[in-house]
Amino acid sequence: MKYIDEYRDGRLAKDIARQITALADPDRSYHFMEFCGGHTHAISRYGLEDLLPANVRMIHGPGCPVCVLPIGRIDAAISLAMRPEITLCTYGDLMRVPGSEGSSLLKAKAAGADIRMVYSTLDAIRIAEQEPQREVVFFAIGFETTTPPTAMAIKMAIARDLPNFSVFCNHVLTPAAIQNILESPDVRKLGTVKIDGFIGPAHVSTVIGTEPYEFFAEEFRKPVVVAGFEPLDVIQAILMLVKQVNDGRHEVENQYIRAVTIFGNEKAQAEVATYFELKESFEWRGLGQVPYSALRLRAQYARFDAEKRFDLETPAASDNPACECGAILRGVKRPADCKLFGTVCTPDTPMGSCMVSSEGACAAHWTYGRFREKAKEANAGRAVA
Amino acid sequence: MNMVLKAYRRKLDIRNGLVDLSHGAGGRAMGQLIEGIFHKAFDNDWLRAGNDQSAFQVPAGRMVMTTDGYVVSPLFFPGGNIGSLAVHGTINDVAMAGATPLYLSASFIIEEGFPLADLARIAETMGEASREAGVPIVTGDTKVVERGKADGVFISTAGVGVVPPGLDLRSDAARPGDAVIVSGSIGEHGVAVMSKRENLEFEVDIVSDTAALHGLTAAMVGAGGAHLRLMRDPTRGGLAATLNEIANQSKVGFRIDEDGIPMRPEVAAACEFLGLDPLNVANEGKLVAVVAPEGAEAILAAMRNHPLGRDAAIIGHAVSDEHCFVQMETSFGGGRIVDWLSGEQLPRIC
Ligand code: SF4
Repeated sequence: MKYIDEYRDGRLAKDIARQITALADPDRSYHFMEFCGGHTHAISRYGLEDLLPANVRMIHGPGCPVCVLPIGRIDAAISLAMRPEITLCTYGDLMRVPGSEGSSLLKAKAAGADIRMVYSTLDAIRIAEQEPQREVVFFAIGFETTTPPTAMAIKMAIARDLPNFSVFCNHVLTPAAIQNILESPDVRKLGTVKIDGFIGPAHVSTVIGTEPYEFFAEEFRKPVVVAGFEPLDVIQAILMLVKQVNDGRHEVENQYIRAVTIFGNEKAQAEVATYFELKESFEWRGLGQVPYSALRLRAQYARFDAEKRFDLETPAASDNPACECGAILRGVKRPADCKLFGTVCTPDTPMGSCMVSSEGACAAHWTYGRFREKAKEANAGRAVA
Repeated sequence: MNMVLKAYRRKLDIRNGLVDLSHGAGGRAMGQLIEGIFHKAFDNDWLRAGNDQSAFQVPAGRMVMTTDGYVVSPLFFPGGNIGSLAVHGTINDVAMAGATPLYLSASFIIEEGFPLADLARIAETMGEASREAGVPIVTGDTKVVERGKADGVFISTAGVGVVPPGLDLRSDAARPGDAVIVSGSIGEHGVAVMSKRENLEFEVDIVSDTAALHGLTAAMVGAGGAHLRLMRDPTRGGLAATLNEIANQSKVGFRIDEDGIPMRPEVAAACEFLGLDPLNVANEGKLVAVVAPEGAEAILAAMRNHPLGRDAAIIGHAVSDEHCFVQMETSFGGGRIVDWLSGEQLPRIC
């Protein structure tokens, strides 16, 4: 516990916040995007925004793997799970993600689909071993951090000669998405948002290192600070970004030296590369098609690829037209700008994906921060009266 | 007659036997099960009378009645099992009205194939818990369902009690300015149970806080009943759900201070590891009291004098707020809402 307390020290945080306020140039504004939902969650949960000066604004990025999974992929998973021979193993937070017409894995389970919540890929392997008469499919999602465990599962399935295990692969890549936020046809449509720098997720970099961001920082002339998920990590990263902006630098800096290195975990990368390859394009909820942003199983492992094995199609499906997830995931709008926020759409009745996972921008704002809007409204009302 | 019966009757093999459908069929096997396990464990005059109901004297005053169902998984966890939980939980529901709990009922739905030894252990724990609390289980029921139609054992309980004259605690009674007191460190039950869930097992020395709180509530009523607005046990949904419920019923908001909430470091660490918010995690031996400011210190002192309230603390106060928000100053110095949980609390993936 001591270990955690050190990174939650309120006094230290206030000290760093004071430094930020002192360094932030009052004549300009600073817009930083935290890419990852883990950071969004930490910012909301610890009320970090309250410590920052008004001209330093945080923009929530698309880094929640649950939020960026397009409806079509959920529909595909549901259709897979509804087949009588299939047992679909999934992480718990996918259960409530809305598919088309209000469907979800949770509802499919209630309707009789054999869907099991697991906590790791190994649970899925165990089920496949124990129930050889079932076709066990692991619903794989997540960024670079969750990919090595999926690779491990395939390795184990090969070693144990499991004929009834396969993976529905939805693994996506962080750098590709960050790049897409800054340059894609949609940017022109949705409008650009001012971003002066990025906070990169430390857990992703424990696998890929900081090196993949070098090109990006250079190309787009934006600073990137890779940071951990404790509130002190985040606020320290903000301070580092403010300094870089003030100095006119655009470098990749590593706040999380306690676990992240330049090249990351090369063994894990090699393991992933053995079984997976880049997909030319993958649809992200809110970002549309993003080139080279996801992984698929290599041809020689096709028997573990649930899409091939079960001839699975990803149906075309679109979000509720009023849902602003796309703009929110790009940082163009804030959750409260969405008409559905807090009325039709709440964590109990999520309409869009940002409301589903506790790490989604809308859910985080609803769960931890919505009093800020009310306070603003009240203050505005008072000012008028 | 008895001699003949004995000759045909095989002893209940508690050590190795399993519950089968005959144990719920109303015949001899069922009588044997009830005698050999439940009556033995709960032993009291009412049960010995062998009626389908129990008659008892009722003291003057307002009666309180509550009912509850227990479906915990796993059935046995560090610090207790479904049986102690059922007894404590029901006593606490009565005690939160400021009432003295008097009698309990217990009804069992047992899945065919359930080991008799486990059933006996559960019943013995219930017997102990009810004797320790001085609240007898005076009537009950047993049903056996086919394999696959229940998850081991489900227990339903009811409890009755009497509120002392002059006391009337209501869920809508919180007023701006009132103090919010928690009786001790939060989150222990939920973490203890989760640490033993299949797929999730992890090593912690956290035991469930399951306990009967009527002694503590009696001390609180004694110390300042007139200032006591309401009490609630923060079970499922944890402290967060309880405060939100009270806020909505009383049409007030709450301001609480994260640093002031008693919590064991192991609980905080386990929640961190699982990606859970300890404020959403269940408690089974803690209470939340909302107290008029002038009574807060006396009631807090009385709580701290009781073994189950040793770590009691004032964690915040009620404020006027038309949105009924529960707001918290975080240990980090920022502010946030403390919300109800949406859906089931699930460990996060990354
Ligand atoms: S509030 Fe709901 S509908 Fe609106 S953007 Fe967020 S998730 Fe989508």
